[in-house]
Amino acid sequence: MEIRPIFASLRKHRIPACLIVLEIALACAVLCNAVFMISQRVSDIHLGNAIDEQGTATVVLRGTDDKLVGSDIPRNLAALRGIAGVQAVAVTSTLPLSHNNWGWSFGLDPDATISDQKSHNVSLYFVGEGADQALGLRLLQGRFFNGDEYAGSKFDTAPLPETHVVVITQSLAKKLWPGQSALGKTLYSMPHYYAVIGVVADVLRPAIGTHSGPYTYDSTYYPISAGGSKGVLAYYVIRSAPQDRERILREAEQKLASLNPGAVTKAQTYSDIREKYFADMSSMAWMLVLVCVVMLAVTAFGIVGLTSFWVGQRRRQIGIRRAVGATRGHIMQYFQTENLLLTSVGVVVGMALAFGINLYLMQHYEMSRMPWYYLPGGALALWLLGQASVFGPAQKAASVPPVVATRSV
Amino acid sequence: MFAYYLDLALRSLKRNKVLTALMVLAIAVGIGASMTTLTVVHLLSGDPIPGKSGVLFFPQVDPENPARADHTEPYPAMDYRSATDLWNAHRADRQALVTSSPVKVRAPETGRPPLILSMLSTTADFFPMFEVPFQYGSGWSAQDDASHARVAVISADLNAKLFGGANSVGRSLRVRDTDVRIVGVLKPWRPTPLFYDPWSQNFSKTEDVFAPFASSMEINEGNFQAYTCWHVPDDTHHLQNSDCVWVWLWVELDSPAKANSYARFVTDYAEQQKAMGRFAIGKEHVRVRDVMTMLTARGMVPDDVRLQAWLASAFLAICLFNAVGLLLAKFLRRSGEIGVRRALGASRRAIFSQCLVEAGVIGLLGGFFGWLLTLTGLWLVRQQPVDYAHLAHVDTVMFLTTFVTAVATSLLAGLIPALRASRVVPAWQLKAL
Repeated sequence: MEIRPIFASLRKHRIPACLIVLEIALACAVLCNAVFMISQRVSDIHLGNAIDEQGTATVVLRGTDDKLVGSDIPRNLAALRGIAGVQAVAVTSTLPLSHNNWGWSFGLDPDATISDQKSHNVSLYFVGEGADQALGLRLLQGRFFNGDEYAGSKFDTAPLPETHVVVITQSLAKKLWPGQSALGKTLYSMPHYYAVIGVVADVLRPAIGTHSGPYTYDSTYYPISAGGSKGVLAYYVIRSAPQDRERILREAEQKLASLNPGAVTKAQTYSDIREKYFADMSSMAWMLVLVCVVMLAVTAFGIVGLTSFWVGQRRRQIGIRRAVGATRGHIMQYFQTENLLLTSVGVVVGMALAFGINLYLMQHYEMSRMPWYYLPGGALALWLLGQASVFGPAQKAASVPPVVATRSV
Repeated sequence: MFAYYLDLALRSLKRNKVLTALMVLAIAVGIGASMTTLTVVHLLSGDPIPGKSGVLFFPQVDPENPARADHTEPYPAMDYRSATDLWNAHRADRQALVTSSPVKVRAPETGRPPLILSMLSTTADFFPMFEVPFQYGSGWSAQDDASHARVAVISADLNAKLFGGANSVGRSLRVRDTDVRIVGVLKPWRPTPLFYDPWSQNFSKTEDVFAPFASSMEINEGNFQAYTCWHVPDDTHHLQNSDCVWVWLWVELDSPAKANSYARFVTDYAEQQKAMGRFAIGKEHVRVRDVMTMLTARGMVPDDVRLQAWLASAFLAICLFNAVGLLLAKFLRRSGEIGVRRALGASRRAIFSQCLVEAGVIGLLGGFFGWLLTLTGLWLVRQQPVDYAHLAHVDTVMFLTTFVTAVATSLLAGLIPALRASRVVPAWQLKAL
């Protein structure tokens, strides 16, 4: 295929050719970045979370009397256990993705304080007896808390409980003590210290910020007795078979409301909590999908429109070529090659632009580096789009009969 | 002449309906997408209290001691002592301490179940300072602040919920375990963004219960939460003496001279505290920003929205390139016709304006449909689960901007093609006919 005539003809249509190249370049750049953003959001929405998400539900009970929690909590738990189909119940201070985040910073040296630069910020989960069962935590190493540890732990005036044991997630264990077993190691924040007695599979923090990152799974668990909980244990976690969950949740809310007439209840299944947390993220992802689709459609229409015009403009030349022996295939190929050339220039510029935009976004927004394969991926998409949209006009060009050449001369 | 060009343009557009539709659609979609996001950005970066935002200031000092090396800005809150020290000096025209906490509220007489609400603890000047509108009654007095009076102001929402919207001034409300007397009921009031409370979500509703600062410290003791702490508080239930920031101070300073002298006063205070050894950083971390400066520093427009605005602008550019290409092709295809007109005596300027009129018609149509798409887009935004959804409406400024953008876009798009068309050489075209 001779491409010199194509160049010669494009040189005569410099402005439209440049425009189509620019359009393709911009489309390629936006497409790469938008698809990357979509993929990041989709992976955030599907972040793993090692609790029984399908089987847990919660009733949040607020406005109770802090002085009576020592007897109220056991009574409430007993009532919940009485509901048919309940597998386990427990109280906790918060749940993953509930937005109710208590953070604290710990160091690894005995003199570490909360404000040390080197301290690691983690989320605190205070849990009552049976929380591992109710949440469906997966223990990987060590053990969960025993009855004495629950009973002996309480809040004094400080925001950290008076206990010396902690269970942490696997990611946190690996980060704090790379290559070593975390069991028996200690977290310090003067004057508190907690020895790691167990490691559980990764559970999300109550709030993970706008995007997931290296801190997404930095969760820690502390035992707390009902009587010493000072009202932090507000989340009644109820575990059941997924199909019983809705009914049990309704019954549980009624029971807790009637047992605690002065309190305020709020019932949610865990799926609701998760869906709510990611709601705006998923709406943003859909918005991006919409933008990509419409943008590609506009680009395709642009190519169709412009090529159609070129075909119309060159009817006579096409006729002459056909008259002197060019086959329909040759004519098709001409327009397809022309489009391939334009698109290629466009995607080369576009890939550079996409990379630049990604750098800019990394600097000004919480955005990570785009993996390299997004660039050729975007290029391929636009090549295909170009070829697909040029097909119709090219076929129209190929159907120009040779006799056209003779008509208006 | 213009009418004739318009007629020509309409004829030409009618000749190839599909292409015309494509061009109009491309411009409409580009405008619809970009104006929807720009409207959202415009609304989110709006002035929450127009007319007064220039005289309301948000002083900041940095009580963190020892200071962290990576800490370049003071926290958007103060510790109790700094805030009350500055407040007690009464150096501003008006001044309000502000903090918020969750609290259980019920109206015993109504028999309705209790609610967990957000309570704003503040001082008397809050209401006149922020021009808070009252439906019934009024705010409390400085005397009430001083005497720890058990009074409260409630929102229109809460009044509707508890008292069916009736005048509830004088009735009593149980806030946690204390009975307080309602002295005022607000009209619906929703400054957006919710600038005075840097802790809440930017576009959330206002608090439902407003109570005097000193009284609420007693009523809701133990439920106040710190924005952050740099030392473990000895008693989490009593933040007054802790190394935590959790109180905001707002001041009204009616003239630039007063604003300057207040800034000096805060600087002197920070320096003095540093000299005493209480602060690690003195004047370097003093900020006295007015509302808009503070909002800009805080970055009120969510990242997602700004990203969308960028995306939409790129999208508009694509649509623009598209329109230019198509118009160019369209005009040049008529080179023969243009050649004849030129040969018959039409000037370049005449050809140029004829083409521009045609581009303008496409732009107007595109602008109209783009405006419809913007309305649709904003309706879609209102359906989104985001806290600024209620804001998404077209205002006059954005309505005009949309139309001007549409016509400017298409004229811009028409400019190159029209220029190119007006340079058609008549002789060549006539020969080719």
